[in-house]
Amino acid sequence: MRKMEADIAIIGAGSAGLCAAIQAAEAGADVVVFDENQLPGGQLFKQIHKFFGSREHQAGVRGFEIGQQLLEDVKKSGAKVMLDSVVYGLFAENSLGVIAEDKYHYEVKAKKIIIAAGAKENYMAFPGSTLPGVMGAGAAQTMINVNRVLPGKRIVMLGSGNVGLIVSYQLMQAGAQVAAVVEAAPTIGGYGVHAGKIRRAGVPILTGHTIKEVYGKEEVEGVILAQLDEKWQMIPGTEQDIKADTLCLAVGLNPMTELAWMAGCQFTHIPALGGHVPLHDHNMETTKPGVYVAGDITGVEEASSAMEEGKLAGIAAAAALGYLSQEEAAAKKQEVLRRLDMLRTGLFGEKRKAAKERQMAEMVGYQAVTAEKGGVK
Amino acid sequence: MSLSGERRIQEHPILPEVDRKQVTIYFDGQAISAYEGEPIAAALMSAGVRSFRRTVKRGEPRGIFCAIGRCTDCMMIVNGKPNIRTCVTPVEDGMQVSRQLGYGKAEEAAK
Ligand SMILES: Cc1cc2nc3c(=O)[nH]c(=O)nc-3n(C[C@H](O)[C@H](O)[C@H](O)COP(=O)(O)OP(=O)(O)OC[C@H]3O[C@@H](n4cnc5c(N)ncnc54)[C@H](O)[C@@H]3O)c2cc1C
Ligand code: FES
Repeated sequence: MRKMEADIAIIGAGSAGLCAAIQAAEAGADVVVFDENQLPGGQLFKQIHKFFGSREHQAGVRGFEIGQQLLEDVKKSGAKVMLDSVVYGLFAENSLGVIAEDKYHYEVKAKKIIIAAGAKENYMAFPGSTLPGVMGAGAAQTMINVNRVLPGKRIVMLGSGNVGLIVSYQLMQAGAQVAAVVEAAPTIGGYGVHAGKIRRAGVPILTGHTIKEVYGKEEVEGVILAQLDEKWQMIPGTEQDIKADTLCLAVGLNPMTELAWMAGCQFTHIPALGGHVPLHDHNMETTKPGVYVAGDITGVEEASSAMEEGKLAGIAAAAALGYLSQEEAAAKKQEVLRRLDMLRTGLFGEKRKAAKERQMAEMVGYQAVTAEKGGVK
Repeated sequence: MSLSGERRIQEHPILPEVDRKQVTIYFDGQAISAYEGEPIAAALMSAGVRSFRRTVKRGEPRGIFCAIGRCTDCMMIVNGKPNIRTCVTPVEDGMQVSRQLGYGKAEEAAK
């Protein structure tokens, strides 16, 4: 077993982890980032759309371009990035178990840990849902925008949130046919701008419908839809059979929380953020002192907010180790918090903002109770 | 150099062209053109292969679900080693890839 020491160990080289690394290393901390993938960037390089928000949030710039910039900044910052390195566990006294390149076993001792492990796509069960050809919408996005391969030729999309709408559009741009976007709710979930693009291309968005079954022998050959009544029950006789070779599920994401559970962090359940999320304070520090979280693991939002949260965690961890003065840290954090606030506006932002506030309020509640009992164990 | 796999996106609507090295991998013995460094799963999909393994109990087919290494649906036997997530394992020239049956004992691959 090899031993390693660092001021700050970061798990995940996605939007959140890289931003945390840049902030902390620029402040002077000795930082190491682990990612199990062979390439850094997490989900950023598949995001070919222009970002929303203001210029400060790099609106108008495409995700993969932001990713390239982050990689350059990390290099300049001096943070060490170890790829093909899976963190398999977090143990007592801030130690991490890491397996690098499938053969080297490391025990890493860090003064602070930032978990930025991201999220995974939700699955939905129905007859035929395990057939090859049924995949996450994010998986389809990865195939076309990272691997440049079409996952299928004729596609049905389940879910009309922004992910479902954007990926449908990107699939069409890449040369696939989208047969329909199916939505169980009575109204479209995502932004009107995105829905408009799909409709103008002649793709029906079938609200109040769901998937009854997917059929095919070795792979998906078709999808049977049914209409839903007001109690969300399928109405017999409304089935329609759509020939398709692929069904994409855009039914949400859930945080990759395993390591935070293992570290002993306290959790709460907030559906608007994707399910179970670790409690954290305004510094992104969890109920385990010295363990921070950032990005999708703290609640699924978007790339822009993951980057800001990452910066916050990086600044806070570096300041806690004395690399930034109280004033410097306060000024930097205030800037980030202001930008985060701006990102959490609008129809969808407001909901996330309320959810994040609840998460942080529960943290305050937890701290009050443990203080009464004589502090955190 | 661009590969002619029927599902390759030759001209991406947004992304610039990239220069990649063309190599050959073998799927159950059959040669498939691939780019060095791309995920094995991408090379297979470009050739229209989407059924990657069969389950232990019922022998049901499975293929790509998440494409980011998180669900293990895409596991195959690669160069004799079972349980390799092909969506995050890069192609190397001459790789032998086979459909995994059940737990995919290493010796099955050797057969
Ligand atoms: C498939 C998918 C597509 C998405 N598409 C969009 C989109 O188009 N637009 C948008 O705004 N948002 C999108 N999101 C939402 C998400 O908020 C952003 O993508 C954002 O980039 C998340 O950043 P992150 O750093 O939290 O996570 P990620 O970018 O997912 O980074 C997490 C990293 O941690 C690594 N990791 C996890 N566990 C371990 C471990 N144990 N050991 C080592 N490494 C580990 C992973 O390999 C990964 O690289 C998408 C999410 C997913 C999952
Ligand atoms: S498709 Fe999910 S791990 Fe490869």
